[in-house]
Amino acid sequence: MKKLSARRRHPLAALVVLLFALAAIGGLYSALAPAPKAQADDSSSQSLEITEGRKLFSVGCASCHGAHGQGSSDGPSLVGVGSAAVDFQVGTGRMPAQQPGPQIQKKKTQYTQKDIDQLAAFIASLGPGPVTPTPDQYDPAGGDVAKGGELFRTNCSQCHNFVGKGGALTDGKYAPTLKGVDPKHIYEAMQTGPQNMPSFPDTTMPSKNKADIIAYLQAVDTAKSKNPGGFTLGSLGPVPEGLFAYIFGLGALIAVAAWIAARTTKAKKS
Amino acid sequence: MSETGPHNDMAEPEEHLPATRGAHGAEAAVPGDPFADPGHPEHEFRRQDIDEKAATHSERVVAGLFTLSMLGTLAFITSFVIFPVDKYIYVFPLGHVSALNFSLGLSLAVALIGIGAGAVHWARTLMSDEEMPDERHQASADDELRANIEAQWQQGVKESGFGRRKLVRTTMLGALTLVPLSAVVILRDLGPLPEEKLRHTAWAKGKALINPNTNKPLRPEDIPVGSLTFAQPEGLNEQDEDFQTQIAKAALMVVRLKPEDIKDKKELDWSHQGIVAFSKICTHVGCPVSLYEQQTHHVLCPCHQSTFDLSDGARVIFGPAGHRLPQLRISVNGEGNLVAMSDFEVPVGPAFWERG
Repeated sequence: MKKLSARRRHPLAALVVLLFALAAIGGLYSALAPAPKAQADDSSSQSLEITEGRKLFSVGCASCHGAHGQGSSDGPSLVGVGSAAVDFQVGTGRMPAQQPGPQIQKKKTQYTQKDIDQLAAFIASLGPGPVTPTPDQYDPAGGDVAKGGELFRTNCSQCHNFVGKGGALTDGKYAPTLKGVDPKHIYEAMQTGPQNMPSFPDTTMPSKNKADIIAYLQAVDTAKSKNPGGFTLGSLGPVPEGLFAYIFGLGALIAVAAWIAARTTKAKKS
Repeated sequence: MSETGPHNDMAEPEEHLPATRGAHGAEAAVPGDPFADPGHPEHEFRRQDIDEKAATHSERVVAGLFTLSMLGTLAFITSFVIFPVDKYIYVFPLGHVSALNFSLGLSLAVALIGIGAGAVHWARTLMSDEEMPDERHQASADDELRANIEAQWQQGVKESGFGRRKLVRTTMLGALTLVPLSAVVILRDLGPLPEEKLRHTAWAKGKALINPNTNKPLRPEDIPVGSLTFAQPEGLNEQDEDFQTQIAKAALMVVRLKPEDIKDKKELDWSHQGIVAFSKICTHVGCPVSLYEQQTHHVLCPCHQSTFDLSDGARVIFGPAGHRLPQLRISVNGEGNLVAMSDFEVPVGPAFWERG
């Protein structure tokens, strides 16, 4: 004790006391705080998923969306967004967000599908919202391509271009290309309206219409979609086609004419 | 390529005067006359003019190009016969393209380029390129011919009786004057003036908002905050003759905002539980404006970037548009469907002269 007392004015003494105090408070808290036992007695897999999802949420999402998904100044409330929104945002890599900006970018997916399902189950438990679709809902094989094209041009083409190539919005925001996007994610985006995209809920655009739209996109804009006309020039319509013909077509003709005239046929080169 | 004598005497003292020429140009270049006709330069020969071997080679090249063109045409006919219309092939930068279209285009290009290139090479290497002056002929015909034609014309006038039979002449002139009037009838749909058509749309009191996706009336509970829906007036059918004319004016976009987010009092009054309906036609030059950003409530026009704030009475916040988007006043009817309370109160779409 004397030894301890002799060192009480040591420069590190305050730090040691602080550590002891923190350990004591932490120990007391873990001993006295009420144990979370909300769904502990329900052993169904659903509640297990929610519990696991809550853990993942606390680690990866709560810093912006709040400890209970209630939102903060850094991220919106997730109450009522539904499992479809989680599956879209995390499944396309948009969440967790990498950096602030006009729009959260698509990037490599950070979670496995199992983790995403658990997160989705937790968020869905916060409030009712759009549910992750089942494969038969978004299967492009079940859609009507012609009807889908009509619906796409009415509802989607204003932002996403008439074959889904994407386009610019205000202040650096943009509608992304739909080429190579998983049909499930296209379906979920229509259901939930991620970021600035408006939603197209089942009440105004029934599930069948969504499958039609996905079938149309598969027909026109994948690496395998057939293109009778050949070079699409970005599918931007007649203006770039005309521009291409004027600049490259006429340009090539002028270049060839100049090339022919620039070479003399005379035997004596001057 | 008529060079101005590259082998002229470079020692010519007056640098701005045309160079005096040797045997060919000397007679035209009067010393002291700066505007004298310099005459033709000395003709220079091509290799093909001198060397028969080179000429034979050129001949073969031209014949080769024409033969290539023939092969192109044969390939064109062959591909038309062998490729079914639904056959697709992968061509590297183009993707999966129609085999028929691709091979027809390619072979026809070869056929046409072969003829063109062959003709150009023929003209440049084998046809004579001797310069030859040729005076312009007189523009008018000679006097004898003119007198002859004059006499024939007079005889024709006399024989037709045009001057003597006044009735024939007058009725013919009348017929020729009336015929152009038929054009007025044919082109009548270029007019008349639009009158009140620009001020009215197919919307009217009590007309339900029909969702074009489902062809069913929209109900307030169908439309959550953040969604975007379009609507057309009840009774408008896609098979109608004037469907395009009507929908071009009546196109409507319907969104729901939180009532506390609506800053404009009139917009709130004309909404139903935060559901607002605005014309989809840009007030600048009439593009369909529906690039709706649900977080900012901004609507962007894709043509000239006019931006409207749907939470503030569709005020123009950017771009060339001169007016707010017209709002349609809506409510619900007894069946719980959304209905218009009246037509738009201001004309939809771009400004026009008498809009005031």
